[in-house]
Amino acid sequence: MLDVRSLTVEFRSGGVWHPAVRSVEFAIARNETLAVVGESGSGKSVTALAVMGLVPAASGRVAAGSSIRVDGRELVGLPEKALDEVRGNRVAMIFQEPMTALNPTMTVGEQVAESVRVHRGLGAAAAWSESQRVLDQVKIPSASKRMRDYPHQFSGGMRQRVMIAMALACQPAVLLADEPTTALDVTIQAQVLSLIEDLKKEFGLGVLFITHNLGVVALVADRVAVMYAGEIVETANVSGLFAAPLHPYTEALLASMPRVDRDISAIEPIQGNVPSIREVGVGCAFAPRCRLAQDRCSRERPPLSRIDDTRTVRCWVRGGTA
Amino acid sequence: MSMPDTTLEPVRGWTHRFRANPTSWLGIVLIVAVILAAVLAPHISSFDPLEQSVGDRLMAPSAEHFLGTDSFGRDVLSRLLHAARISLTIGVLSIALAMVLGSAIGVAAGYVGGWFDSMVTAILDVLLSFPTLLLGLMVVAMLGPSIENLVIAIALTELAPFARVVRAPTIVLKSRDFIEAGRALGFSDVRLVVVHIIPNLLSEVVVVASLWLATAIRTEASLSFIGLGVKPPTATWGGMIREGFENILDAPWLAVAPGIAILITVLGLNLMGDGLRDAIDPKARRD
Repeated sequence: MLDVRSLTVEFRSGGVWHPAVRSVEFAIARNETLAVVGESGSGKSVTALAVMGLVPAASGRVAAGSSIRVDGRELVGLPEKALDEVRGNRVAMIFQEPMTALNPTMTVGEQVAESVRVHRGLGAAAAWSESQRVLDQVKIPSASKRMRDYPHQFSGGMRQRVMIAMALACQPAVLLADEPTTALDVTIQAQVLSLIEDLKKEFGLGVLFITHNLGVVALVADRVAVMYAGEIVETANVSGLFAAPLHPYTEALLASMPRVDRDISAIEPIQGNVPSIREVGVGCAFAPRCRLAQDRCSRERPPLSRIDDTRTVRCWVRGGTA
Repeated sequence: MSMPDTTLEPVRGWTHRFRANPTSWLGIVLIVAVILAAVLAPHISSFDPLEQSVGDRLMAPSAEHFLGTDSFGRDVLSRLLHAARISLTIGVLSIALAMVLGSAIGVAAGYVGGWFDSMVTAILDVLLSFPTLLLGLMVVAMLGPSIENLVIAIALTELAPFARVVRAPTIVLKSRDFIEAGRALGFSDVRLVVVHIIPNLLSEVVVVASLWLATAIRTEASLSFIGLGVKPPTATWGGMIREGFENILDAPWLAVAPGIAILITVLGLNLMGDGLRDAIDPKARRD
């Protein structure tokens, strides 16, 4: 449904174009959740923005040769107007910060109705009742009354539900969720996650779920793509990834995760930092922090090698052995 | 009284602050009085403001002519009340025009950004550096004195403050998440600006409008005073002061009465505008 091929996104810094996302490839099928995991600066949000066609034109661009297809339709190179039709209609996005992602001067009902009016050409009355239907669907209690309220009268979790309602109002095929629960309380997080899961099943959505929280990944994802310094370094089924991480970065990421069944001293922080997009060298981007690094790793960039039908890994050491 | 509510809606918050401020009430009372006087002019004073009566020249205030008569024997109270209609109309129309044009320019500059923004800002700086009266004078001198041209001239002199006030919050708003979210929902730039940015600027624009309406009325009076405003015999406050000036020693009420009318109107507008500004002050507002 969503098919991304050799996506490269570059940003200009000091007159030079630096890639923030490098030849990223993934596909999401109907009724499937792909979680994209990575540290801050790994390029996961930029990937989502690129899919939405929202890379800021002043400083960034999607490089030639990139391909983003939704339902077989190529989005890269589409004019703004044609993109506006796809955005919100076939592909929708929910954001991290529900507190600021709603217009403070419009009622919640109007904001959901707006998207329906724009994309489906419904009249005000029809859009309003459609808005109520969608708000019911995302389980806003007494939606017909609450939809006349303004965003500041809603709690964070309720606002995120409204965001989801806005995103789903036009029944998109693909939903991009950029850390949708990071700003929420843990109890509310679980509610919002299960709501997204329910809606995915109900509408057969393809969901791209961006997060840095591995606990959330285990909960929602079918497949996982681990990103590091703008590259996908490993893709796997969620069970496979947690059972046997292949890439040393994935391994380190899992080891750095706090767990109830282990002592706090067992947490191993990953030494060093993600290289900035200007510093990525010729070799493997993770090599400077990798405990398995060999000579070759800093000289040549490893390809994404295919381990089996569900698994790929970008590593000289681990890629060839299996 | 109830407990302070931290989730107080902004709308209720600022109207409450506005109402709690006694000077804004004073402002409203003054403005309402001026508006009522203008609307009810023929009922308050039955004299025709244009009817001359040579025999009744320069009469002192009396029971018949509350504010006396001018050098053509016209009733000053009637002229004063009818002048209020002209002054308020010109003030409101010119501010409305300045508000629409200025806000449009400011929003466009802030939203588009880049060289366009720099260019517009530079032009606005030039406009702002002219004294209002001088700029209005130049425009009226070019277009010729008439009510329409007066409105255009005053609007041009007061467009820059609107553009200035609106530009900065537009820049802030366009990077806010709900604009990005709107873009992700496939909303066009026009829709984002008209439906999502402009309603968020209204409070700022209303404050500027109420404060600059006073200046507009003052500018109109000044232009009429120097003879570039509405042509006689139509009564305007500025024109009445000018005419009254010739007899200031014999009949001081001729110049003083319209002067006080201007004072009351401008004071009322400023008090109301200050009240609004304090009520909507972003520092007092939870955002």
